[in-house]
Amino acid sequence: MEARIRARVNLALTFFALLFFVAGSSPPRQFVISNAERRIDLSSHIINVHLTLKVENAGTRPASEVVLALTPTEVDHLAMVDASAIKGKRKKTTSLRLEVKPTELPDAPPIDTKYFTIYLANPLNSGESTTLEVLYVFTHFLEPFPAEIAQSESQLVFYHDTALILSPYHIKQQTTFIKTPSTKVESFIRMEPTNRVGTEIKYGPYEDRPPYSISPIHVHFENNSPFAVVEELVQEIEISHWGNIQVTEHYKLIHAGARHKGVFSRVDYQSRQSSNGASSFRYVRIVYLLARLPPRVHSVYYRGEIGNISSSHLRTDSLKSELQIEPRYPLFGGWKATFVIGYGLPLQDFLFESSDDKRYLNFTFGCPLIGMVVDKLTIKVVLPEGSTDPSPVVPFPVEHHLEAKYSSLDVVGRTVVVLEKKNFVPMHNSHFQVYYSFKPIFMLAESLMLASAFFMLFVACVAYIHIDLSVRK
Amino acid sequence: MAAPETSTAAVPTLYTNNTLRNAFGGVLSFFILLLIGVMAFSIRLFSVIKYESVIHEFDPYFNYRVTQFLAKNGIYEFWNWFDDRTWYPLGRVIGGTVYPGLTLTAGTIWWLLNSLNIPLSVETVCVFTAPIFSAFASWATYLLTKEVKGTGAGLTAAALLAMVPSYISRSVAGSYDNEAVAIFALIFTFYLYIKTLNTGSLFYATLNSIAYFYMVCSWGGYTFIINLIPMHVLLCIVTGRFSSRLYIAYAPLVVLGTLLAALVPVVGFNAVMTSEHFASFLVFIIIHVVAFVYYIKGILSPKMFKVAVTLVVSVGLAVCCAVIAVLIALVASSPTKGWSGRSLSLLDPTYASKYIPIIASVSEHQPPTWPSYFMDINVLAFLVPAGIIACFLPLSDASSFVVLYIATSVYFSGVMVRLMLVLAPAACITSGIALSQAFDVFTGSIKFQLTGASSNTEVDAAETSSSTAESQTDAVKTEKPEETAKNRPSRKSKKKKREHGEKPSTKAKAEKKRLLALPLESSVISLLLLVLLGAFYVVHCVWAAAEAYSAPSIVLTSRSHDGLHVFDDFREAYAWLRHNTDVDDKVASWWDYGYQTTAMANRTVIVDNNTWNNTHIATVGTAMSSPERAAWEIFHSLDVKYVLVVFGGLVGYPSDDINKFLWMVRIGGGVFPHIKEPDYLRDGQYRIDSQATPTMLNCLMYKLSYYRFVETDGKGFDRVRQTEIGKKYFKLTHFEEAFTTHHWMVRIYKLKPPKNRIRGKTKKSKSKTSSTTSSPKRSGTKKKNPWQ
Repeated sequence: MEARIRARVNLALTFFALLFFVAGSSPPRQFVISNAERRIDLSSHIINVHLTLKVENAGTRPASEVVLALTPTEVDHLAMVDASAIKGKRKKTTSLRLEVKPTELPDAPPIDTKYFTIYLANPLNSGESTTLEVLYVFTHFLEPFPAEIAQSESQLVFYHDTALILSPYHIKQQTTFIKTPSTKVESFIRMEPTNRVGTEIKYGPYEDRPPYSISPIHVHFENNSPFAVVEELVQEIEISHWGNIQVTEHYKLIHAGARHKGVFSRVDYQSRQSSNGASSFRYVRIVYLLARLPPRVHSVYYRGEIGNISSSHLRTDSLKSELQIEPRYPLFGGWKATFVIGYGLPLQDFLFESSDDKRYLNFTFGCPLIGMVVDKLTIKVVLPEGSTDPSPVVPFPVEHHLEAKYSSLDVVGRTVVVLEKKNFVPMHNSHFQVYYSFKPIFMLAESLMLASAFFMLFVACVAYIHIDLSVRK
Repeated sequence: MAAPETSTAAVPTLYTNNTLRNAFGGVLSFFILLLIGVMAFSIRLFSVIKYESVIHEFDPYFNYRVTQFLAKNGIYEFWNWFDDRTWYPLGRVIGGTVYPGLTLTAGTIWWLLNSLNIPLSVETVCVFTAPIFSAFASWATYLLTKEVKGTGAGLTAAALLAMVPSYISRSVAGSYDNEAVAIFALIFTFYLYIKTLNTGSLFYATLNSIAYFYMVCSWGGYTFIINLIPMHVLLCIVTGRFSSRLYIAYAPLVVLGTLLAALVPVVGFNAVMTSEHFASFLVFIIIHVVAFVYYIKGILSPKMFKVAVTLVVSVGLAVCCAVIAVLIALVASSPTKGWSGRSLSLLDPTYASKYIPIIASVSEHQPPTWPSYFMDINVLAFLVPAGIIACFLPLSDASSFVVLYIATSVYFSGVMVRLMLVLAPAACITSGIALSQAFDVFTGSIKFQLTGASSNTEVDAAETSSSTAESQTDAVKTEKPEETAKNRPSRKSKKKKREHGEKPSTKAKAEKKRLLALPLESSVISLLLLVLLGAFYVVHCVWAAAEAYSAPSIVLTSRSHDGLHVFDDFREAYAWLRHNTDVDDKVASWWDYGYQTTAMANRTVIVDNNTWNNTHIATVGTAMSSPERAAWEIFHSLDVKYVLVVFGGLVGYPSDDINKFLWMVRIGGGVFPHIKEPDYLRDGQYRIDSQATPTMLNCLMYKLSYYRFVETDGKGFDRVRQTEIGKKYFKLTHFEEAFTTHHWMVRIYKLKPPKNRIRGKTKKSKSKTSSTTSSPKRSGTKKKNPWQ
């Protein structure tokens, strides 16, 4: 509750600050947005905002940097931003991904506003226009209200935004569509013209709004999808050149929705589930999780810190493997669970040799559980003992460093490439590579070591038997 | 290998081809032993294969937790560990109250593996400690039996021990309990004692006291050793078998062993103060007196000796009487006569049920039933008498020890089911001796019949090599005559008969053999029957290992028509507690679940399976058997936030809290007399249906178990008690359901916070609760709340 008020105050402050600075500001006025359409999808706890901007160069010089503005609260919850340029007419549209970077505008008026710059592939000449598609993904942005609900209550959440798109540019025409998961909307702030049809609320069209104009709104609606969040995921990928890749994933799962309050009654839970499980009512809880694993996965296990969890199913076919798991208990709001998933994969599916005599691992960067927000994702690639020059290649910025790990009779230790990413959403799923050099002779090191150790033991035995150590003859 | 050595010593005969044969036999027995070890290890893996690699039951969870602490914090932290997670608000000094042997062993193994960069988790090491040590135990059995009756008996006994169900029940993979290590230590200590007795070597005597130290570290059952060995020494002295070897075997053990035992914090001064150890000191004095007498006898002439004896005896008797009187007075002054409760209940089997319900309430402290003998040692029960007879043919120091061991352990196992474990090695050893002797006789007679009486020499060879035991004891005896020469002559006159039997000439032996030679057919048939008996034993053991003893008891399975059904409710509840309650919340439950709660849920408990404080347990028992309001007050005063009960009524899990409830009443009533057992019984019968007493139907345990149970099937049919419950619809006023597992096996309730002190309101609620119970009792219970 308090947080909500604070957020609102923040927003209001920002708003005033914006208004105050609008007059004296000198933003990059080169562009004018002739048409902006925004579609906000609130059906799960991962919020996708699709922004379609028609940008026109109203300046005199060619320009290639389009600036997007976001409020600080938005930036805090922003998981990813992605932009692409749309080419072509109606039918044959092709999109081209563009580079987006966070920037600081030196002459930016409102201090709190954060900026992202889109670098166009070709500079836009004066008078020309182009269409940009921007995708924002926000997490932890829906605020449960009431913050605590009883077992059989449904979950209501607040969504805060502005009806007008925050932008450093003049927007000639703009529309915002907000899609709610169901028709149950408690309340929403109107800003004419506003209308609501089914699960969609339409704000706009609004004409000719100056830069930095905003208008706070909120939508209070029912969202009964469980807010499954992995607070921390540590994925360890251990490469063995003997033909196996062992993946171990440690999960810390939480239901981040409205907190469960009071009694948990098994009677109610089971009777409702069995009698009208197919009906509209569903408890807001996490029961099943689905993990999509690579094909040809073997020796899968699923356990907690106190032993196996026996409720899981694995379905494999030639294209993919699906592991359906169930936590030990249904997770109601605020409840947590930890578990480990481990599996083995055939080496040849993921390890390749590059042209410069190096090897590289090609693996999916991401969380195999479907539809998960991962607050902190750590991927540890354990290279075989004796490998050198590791270098990761990841399509988006991550923190990385090296560690050493000792396992199964290691002497010098294995190099571990640690990649860390905060606020990870499924849209990030992509492949990454780790390049390294490795000499095959190291594969024999441990077996030779064992053989020599046993040889020494036998020699010692033989020597002991044949040497007479007695003092007296 | 020691085997060929002894055989060559045992066979001083002149066949040169025998050395090769013995060498071959040595290698063979080495490999047989190796295979026995592998078998002992692998037969205990059923639990891992059928279930999973997980710690079993109750006590192992505590040991596991201690090992985790040791692995994490090191040995010094371990000694000083004060555990505030248990016995709240008292806590427990772990370092000073556990037998550290098991923990240190597993911790050392873990440390060793990790320093070799073999990253096994502490849990894995703990799970596999017991199977590894059972392999060691079977090797120790081999050594011990070999000392008694030779290699053949040793191998048989080792094989029997490797799969004896009684021992399997305590040492399957995951059963990480003291006994797993202690049985090995026990047998090994006995082996070293016998070895010292046979060789008279001070080296083995020292090793013996170190092995004894390890045993003291491992298990409270070490008192068995420190009483059995003095008993044997006494037996030897009384039967005129005193020798310097006996002295060497015993005196260093008492001195060194007691000193070492006192080093173990949990034993400390108990090693000299408690009555369990008195026997050893008494015998220590006696053996010195006897040794002194023998010495005097050696230097004095017989006439002088007689005079001295009369003098010493008259003076000595007076002194002895005085000393004994003082001792008895000292011992009698303490209320338990200086004995711990558990030891006393061994001497007087009815003691516990009369005075200490907490010991009597544990199922493994109950006396066993006859079927459990058959279940746990199976055919060994029939072989034991034969083995005892074989031990008397001929009776040596070592074999008399085995006889004594089996006799005492049979008694102890008759008192407590748990001590069946001590009986098992003894039974294996005697049965091994019996089987091996029988095989010797039968194969010998077959050979005799086949080759015919014509080639007498060959038979002789067969005899000598097969009856290694006899000849070996001979060898031992003949090696040592110089030492005992002085006292021999005088004893010889007395024990001429026995000496004669002990030193049979080859001629006498041949005669004996001829007598033992049975007809061919009968020996072949007997041999087959013996093999059949052995096969039956093996089948039974494998069945016991696979079906009876490998269930981890924290996860239950049942087979129904639609496949295997898993009941994982305990871990569901513990995992819920672990993740969804505050880290410092206190959980109250009956003490059975204390260790599991601390280890798996990592929450503070009020009482646990280390039942050191009877009052505290009685408090929880009182709370469970009180009505809701009074129970809430007790729990609240203990700062309890959650109450956990185990309830099997929905799925038919019989060992739930309702079935244990009478013990809670008894233990609670033992300390707080306002809880009376008859209040919970209708005409002496324990029932929960409509005939149950109002006290029963209003007690906390009943309410927490059956809260909203009726809504599952509409009738409230309890599948364990096979009846409909008595009181179906009721509300909880001071507790609320916090979590119930999938099959309702564990129910966790949260204490409601205390209401604001509005005078009128509390009055009202009080009158409401008191209306359900009889009012005079209410006021009585309130007054007697022990924590106010």
